[in-house]
Amino acid sequence: MSSETKQILTTDGIPLEVSLKKAEKKNKIKAFLLVAPLLLFIIITYVFPIGDMLMRSVDDKMVTEMLPKTFKSMEKWDGQELPPEEVFEAFYFDFQKLIEEEREGKLSTQLNYTKNGFKSIIKKLRRKSKSFEEGNYKEQIMSVHRRWADVEYWRAIKRRAPAYTYQKYLKGIDMYENEKGDIINVPEDRRVHRILWMRTLEIAFFVTVFCFLMAYPIAHLLATLPMKYSNLLMICVLLPFWTSLLVRTASWMILLQQQGIVNDFFVMIGLVSDDNRLEMMFNKTGSYVAMTQILLPFMVLPLYSVMKTISPSLMRAGKSLGGTPFVAFWKVYFPLTIPGIGAGCLLVFILAIGYYITPALVGGASGTLISNQIAFHMKSTLDWSFASAMGLMLLSGVLVIYWLYNKLVGIDNIKLG
Amino acid sequence: MPVNKEFVKFDKVDKSYDGKVLVVKDLQLDIAEGEFITMLGPSGSGKTTCLMMLAGFETPTNGEIYLDGNAISSIPPHKRGIGMVFQNYALFPHMTVYENLAFPLRVRKIPKDEADKKIDKALSMVSLQGFAQRMPGQLSGGQQQRVAVARSLVFDPQLVLMDEPLGALDKNLRESMQYEIKHIHESIGVTVVYVTHDQSEALTMSNRIAVFNDGKVQQLSSPDELYEKPVNSFVAEFIGENNTFAGEVSDISGGKCKVKLASADILANPISVKGKGERTTVSLRPERALINPSDKMDNIHKGKIEEVIYHGDHTRVRINLLGNSEFILKVPNSSSNLDIKLGNEIKIGWNSEDARALDPK
Repeated sequence: MSSETKQILTTDGIPLEVSLKKAEKKNKIKAFLLVAPLLLFIIITYVFPIGDMLMRSVDDKMVTEMLPKTFKSMEKWDGQELPPEEVFEAFYFDFQKLIEEEREGKLSTQLNYTKNGFKSIIKKLRRKSKSFEEGNYKEQIMSVHRRWADVEYWRAIKRRAPAYTYQKYLKGIDMYENEKGDIINVPEDRRVHRILWMRTLEIAFFVTVFCFLMAYPIAHLLATLPMKYSNLLMICVLLPFWTSLLVRTASWMILLQQQGIVNDFFVMIGLVSDDNRLEMMFNKTGSYVAMTQILLPFMVLPLYSVMKTISPSLMRAGKSLGGTPFVAFWKVYFPLTIPGIGAGCLLVFILAIGYYITPALVGGASGTLISNQIAFHMKSTLDWSFASAMGLMLLSGVLVIYWLYNKLVGIDNIKLG
Repeated sequence: MPVNKEFVKFDKVDKSYDGKVLVVKDLQLDIAEGEFITMLGPSGSGKTTCLMMLAGFETPTNGEIYLDGNAISSIPPHKRGIGMVFQNYALFPHMTVYENLAFPLRVRKIPKDEADKKIDKALSMVSLQGFAQRMPGQLSGGQQQRVAVARSLVFDPQLVLMDEPLGALDKNLRESMQYEIKHIHESIGVTVVYVTHDQSEALTMSNRIAVFNDGKVQQLSSPDELYEKPVNSFVAEFIGENNTFAGEVSDISGGKCKVKLASADILANPISVKGKGERTTVSLRPERALINPSDKMDNIHKGKIEEVIYHGDHTRVRINLLGNSEFILKVPNSSSNLDIKLGNEIKIGWNSEDARALDPK
């Protein structure tokens, strides 16, 4: 045979590869059309919002656009002492324009995020600036309130000059950039977010562990019982899926409260005295109990689907070869269930880390998670960019866990069903 | 050294799963040391249950099983020291071939160098040297089967149980594996209890065969005896091909009996009939009946050819004979038998000795 490979032709004389591509093109288009509606839906409802969220968390254009002249004149200012007259003048004109557009309130809110105390002095400046005379704006502005003569406040304004910022991310881990540009921790008594992050991880971790411990035997039972019993048991496992999350959480509130059924039972069997009922709600215990129950099916199902495929003869083989039941389980059965364990744990952990309704209702102050904080900033403080920043931190945390899992276990080993 | 004739002993063993039906009834079975015994029977006949009771995965409802003189019902499976080959091999999919074979040695705390020697020996026995580091998934069905056999033997058990081990293999591979297992058995002299529903497998491999039906051993004997001299009509039917005539004994004398059929009388060998008037099924192997017989045969009858099926080395002929339209003849493919044509009437003869009058069906 010659060294160069001969091009294979179809009977019509078209090269085989071209013909094959043509034949497959139709299938590819068909496949694409089949997924197109979902793809479109996902792009509109998922990719765009996530992208927008990312932008919002770093976007700081608002103040930049409100005070264009001020920031331009501030470029030369070194920030050591009070800015020169031209900065005051530029600020005055920017501010006048904002008053005309009735946007000075927004400015005060924004600047107040950076440094407390802006709200009142901007209000005062608005009132007083009506009677300002032309020229020497530095003197006039400084006379409105002594804070206007404080260089700290001017530095705070300057920090808002860039159109993009990572301040929100720093705030999310209880750090900030000080006047000199150093990144430092906030004072210990004001570190709320780190506690929340740690608590979120802790609760998610333990909920995963509890789910695993409870789901493994159930899944094993489900996989080994005869069909007629396992179907019934499966319905019991799936039952929570058919009940509203809110209803389930509310029923936990009924069960766990101090005058609730669980406490009544404990009192009845004499475990606790009547005047010393356990506090199981509005703390971590509440979050643990309710979240474990709610997330349990997500652990049972992957485990079950993996266990179902393990032939019972493998355990028998292990025993007939001389392994005690424990050895046969540990060396033969358990390693084969690892893909299911991985899938279940990953699923439960990721769901738990972003859990919202349940901790909000039964968690109380010590049982709330980072998602509750995000919701708080979305609804109450309206600091959306901070909420987005925390949301993205949560998302990237999940991605890191996913990546770690892939490194350790391998994502191909996962089996969801 | 005298061979232990009762190496394995089933003593009046009953087994029921639901308390209503007995899957195994009053089983009495002795297995000698070094024997290759096959439990053969249709599915649901209780043969696998017997094997599982011996392995320890099922407990007898009544009765006792003895292994080398010791009652084993209360011994858990992992302490019985019985090797077992499972239907679907049951190789541990997450372990290499080496680790699979090392498993029984490790749990017995056998030192590594000694274990390695045993593993090498076991792998060479099934001619799989060099496959030690493969995963079971990378092996073909036949190779997996050999690994399973090697694993069941690697810890030198005295007894090995095989539960339809060749069921998943294709025909050619199955046949070669049959010989291989037989040779391994002969070379190391281990006692083997083998379960199958494939009669040809049973016939080629075993020293003795126990034919199971309906929870009972119907016949326990060597393969040739089983084929040549079935003791009842189930065994005759189950092992090999079989032509039957149902009739009534009209006379019995001198080691022969006369059986009255609807249209004629035939002579037969009375096996399980005792007297006149009994209903019986006469069983005759296809190869024992000849066409154009010599006059010495004491049964000669005429039949009409209904179907001719060409099989290469022989031709199967279906004949309507004495009211039985399913009568099968195997005719060797020679030039003297050219008058076998559809619709022809031919003479068929057999010796009464080969026609066994058994219990009625």
